[in-house]
Amino acid sequence: MSKNDKSDSLGLVSPQRLAFDEPLALRSGKSLPAYELMVETYGELNPDRSNAILICHALSGDHHAAGYHSEDDRKPGWWDNCIGPGKAIDTNRFYVVCLNNLGGCGGSTGPVSINPETGKHYGPDFPIITVRDWVNSQLRLMDRLGIDKWVAVIGGSLGGMQVLRWAISYPERLHHAIAIAAAPKLSAQNIAFNEVARQSITKDPDFHDGRYLEHGVYPKQGLMLARMVGHITYLSDSSMRAKFGKALAGLEAEQGNFGRDLRSGSLSFGFNVDFEVESYLRYQGEQFSEKFDANTYLLMTKALDYFDPSVDYDGDLSLAFANSDCRFLLMSFSTDWRFPPDRSREVVNQLLRAGKRVSYLEIDADQGHDAFLLPIPRYIHALSAYLGNAHREICGHAS
Amino acid sequence: MRPDQEIIRRWIEPGSRVLDLGCGDGALLAWLQREQDAHAVGLEIDPANIEQCLASGVAVIEQNLNQGLSNFESDSFDTVLLAQTLQALDNPAELVREMLRIGRKGIVTFPNFGNWKSRLDLLLRGRMPVSDFMPHQWYDTPNIHFCTVRDFDALCREGDIRVLARTVVNSRHEGSWAMRAWPNFLGEIAIYHLSRT
Repeated sequence: MSKNDKSDSLGLVSPQRLAFDEPLALRSGKSLPAYELMVETYGELNPDRSNAILICHALSGDHHAAGYHSEDDRKPGWWDNCIGPGKAIDTNRFYVVCLNNLGGCGGSTGPVSINPETGKHYGPDFPIITVRDWVNSQLRLMDRLGIDKWVAVIGGSLGGMQVLRWAISYPERLHHAIAIAAAPKLSAQNIAFNEVARQSITKDPDFHDGRYLEHGVYPKQGLMLARMVGHITYLSDSSMRAKFGKALAGLEAEQGNFGRDLRSGSLSFGFNVDFEVESYLRYQGEQFSEKFDANTYLLMTKALDYFDPSVDYDGDLSLAFANSDCRFLLMSFSTDWRFPPDRSREVVNQLLRAGKRVSYLEIDADQGHDAFLLPIPRYIHALSAYLGNAHREICGHAS
Repeated sequence: MRPDQEIIRRWIEPGSRVLDLGCGDGALLAWLQREQDAHAVGLEIDPANIEQCLASGVAVIEQNLNQGLSNFESDSFDTVLLAQTLQALDNPAELVREMLRIGRKGIVTFPNFGNWKSRLDLLLRGRMPVSDFMPHQWYDTPNIHFCTVRDFDALCREGDIRVLARTVVNSRHEGSWAMRAWPNFLGEIAIYHLSRT
């Protein structure tokens, strides 16, 4: 079956690479003299350029948010559940822009790019990029595309943090800020998991202080471990029980289903893979390690750890939002323990303190943090309803 | 529009900040936003209502009133509304106090249990009142704290709450001289405009 056959799929899409020559000053004090961004766009920009939406990706995402790159692609872009003709982020109505963030490994300038000063891969010399730097680079992209004001900037998880940064830094450039499964800043527990991931990578003998590409290797074991730990935090206990307890999955009752299905039907009495969950995590880790760059992973986790827009306001996040006259939608998921509903509610309460117009939904979902990527009906319908109204208000009735 | 909403909207000044506790599908807030340029936020727990609010451009927060309003700052709104929700709350007296902490003014509407039909049901049939307007049986009703106009008057007196205006209407939101004369006996819906003393 062709990728174009499904009426709500974008079918085949292709990215473009845009070059920026003006130096980008970074939060760390360093600067990128020039850089490239990999960008995908879906839908048509309307004549008055008023129907654009920016999608911000999370830790392991990239510019490929929806559709397929080739007929052979097994999976569509990472947010194909939400983006497409007639979907919640409706490409019949909106011009949707998604980019690979700086420091990423999807084609934008990052650690795997060649450093013009040395002629070698940047590797560990690539500067630490923060959420604020990403938003600054996204602003340049916005200007390049000739867009004055986004209908909405939308993102989940680390993407949601970019949304909050947009609302704080450039409130006049967006109508709506939609942050899903996000947090105002990381907790000690969040940072701890990131540190385990970083240690796994940097302690891998193939890491070579980050210059592994020059050695023709990469820290595969370290990346695998990092992803396995991360992946556990994206799932919930109940979703893991359901996923790895197929023997009992037919029973509605969760009681008694611990998700302990065996790989081969019996225990090995060794240190091999006994349970399905072990096999699954290894597979996920392995897949990930083959397509993701270790230095990018380190950089992304640091961007997460450093995110705290309240630092410029003596820790008072409500002051950070003082000039944010865009409207806000936040959503969280009941079983998300990476960024639980309470973390979203903290942001909501600070927005209320700042007197902002904010909507907030707490979606009942079993899937943990990963829920933000999944087609959960209440979540999708809410996003669709919200954007439908935004489209009416901003772009008029014609679509 | 719900029967009581017609009267409520006359008490809300243009451009004011309005918090609606239990905003339903957001129809009233949408109207206040459109016609009165109100800065409106609603609280609601029903998913279908919340989705309808989003579809109408009404800011809505999923929040259970029974878990309190401590996340709202004092004096952060001009008017706080509580329409047809008082009787379903765990602690109505506490919530009315909270309303007048958060807002300078409050508007409360509730079904008046002192209405003659309710009295007659109890007096003649010996049964808890059930009507088209309050269709629930006693065992499955969300309405756990019914009160009368006189009960609410007493609550306001005891809580140092000033009643700026009080009106009663029937379930078709019609008022009459008779209802004004005997509000607790003839009124089906009581509507109060409150402020701090």
